Amino acid sequence: MPAACNKFKFLLALLALSFFVPNNLAAKESDSSQDLKTEIKEYIAHHLEDAYDFSLFSYTNNEGEHIYIGLPLPVILWDNGLQIFSSSKLHHGETIAQVGANFYKLEHGKIYKTDAEGTINYDAAHHITNSAPIDLSITKGVVSMLLIAALMFWIFHSLASSYAATRGVPAGIGRFFEPIVLYIRDEIARPNIGEKKYMKYMNFLLTVFFFIWFLNLLGLTPLGVNVTGNIAITFGLALLTFLITNLTGTKDYWMHLFDPLGDSMKWYAKIPLYIILIPIELLGVFIKPFSLLIRLYANMQAGHIVLMSLIGLMFIFKSWLGSPLSFGLAFAISIIELLVALLQAYIFTMLSALYFGFAAEEHEHH
Amino acid sequence: MVGAGLVVIGVGMGIGRIGGSAMEAIGRQPDAYGKIQTAMLIAAALVEGIGFAALFAV
Repeated sequence: MPAACNKFKFLLALLALSFFVPNNLAAKESDSSQDLKTEIKEYIAHHLEDAYDFSLFSYTNNEGEHIYIGLPLPVILWDNGLQIFSSSKLHHGETIAQVGANFYKLEHGKIYKTDAEGTINYDAAHHITNSAPIDLSITKGVVSMLLIAALMFWIFHSLASSYAATRGVPAGIGRFFEPIVLYIRDEIARPNIGEKKYMKYMNFLLTVFFFIWFLNLLGLTPLGVNVTGNIAITFGLALLTFLITNLTGTKDYWMHLFDPLGDSMKWYAKIPLYIILIPIELLGVFIKPFSLLIRLYANMQAGHIVLMSLIGLMFIFKSWLGSPLSFGLAFAISIIELLVALLQAYIFTMLSALYFGFAAEEHEHH
Repeated sequence: MVGAGLVVIGVGMGIGRIGGSAMEAIGRQPDAYGKIQTAMLIAAALVEGIGFAALFAV
């Protein structure tokens, strides 16, 4: 009898759900399709941005209020002293947050200082002229990164102790991670950096690989975080590669930059060539990490846009034919994105290793 | 908009050629599979990077 009861409850829940979904659609049907398209566009743009709160979804209740389901996060501002308050005070830009004697308002995803009425001033080119305090907030992206960092610390710390306990025999989750770690060591680090120096770079390569991979995968969950599709984060990762490349550069690396032809020519013959060659080599130093940051950012951003647009199709078609089509396409793209998540982590690690290889190179002097 | 289309055509042709050539190379030398795959991915990533840079410029 309890099993039958459960089944009945399940059916009831399904029925309730089927009433709930068309209701939402019916509300939207009253708008013209143009409004729906801009709404979907805004929704996608909103998803791609970082947020001050971790809201899972939102809906409009019968009184016309926006209800957000999720967690508020701390907002940390530097504005003549540290200002810390909960992002629930901002109410997603709908109200003004009062902190002591200061007023802050969320406008287009950024926090501005305002007066008590929340006036936002614009200049002639429609740019906001209000002062923006230095923002150190724990945003959604920061929370996701901390989460992944804690997860990685836990996984690899427990892996290390399990290896110590079994004297080098992989156990449990180590059976999954060992081939990946070995692949990065033997197929990425060793051939690109060289037998002598690869161990020095292994910790960065492994960390960056798993960090990017896990964050990419987190971006595919319904939590709706888009961390690796944020140019600031990819910039940070590429900056690390840039710094490590240039700070560990050997004499030969710098000689290759400033004296690429070496002893193959007389010094006076090299001058006209070097007027062109040295700027190109120097430009290459910056273009390499720049391409890293653009590639990861653009790939993840594009993946999220495509997925969300395909899901948005469901609301544009509004028919029994459109929904399965949109679902099928979104499902197929999700599977491709699973591959892309791994591939982009691999490419980032691979190219970082390649650049480290340039920095670590030592020619044999004859 | 036309520029974006041209970029995608160019990148598609580029990556297509890289993939095709890699397939041929693997067909000729199946033993070098790993090395060819790595080189293919690097080349494809570089083409893709240029493509994205162009798409953002458009």
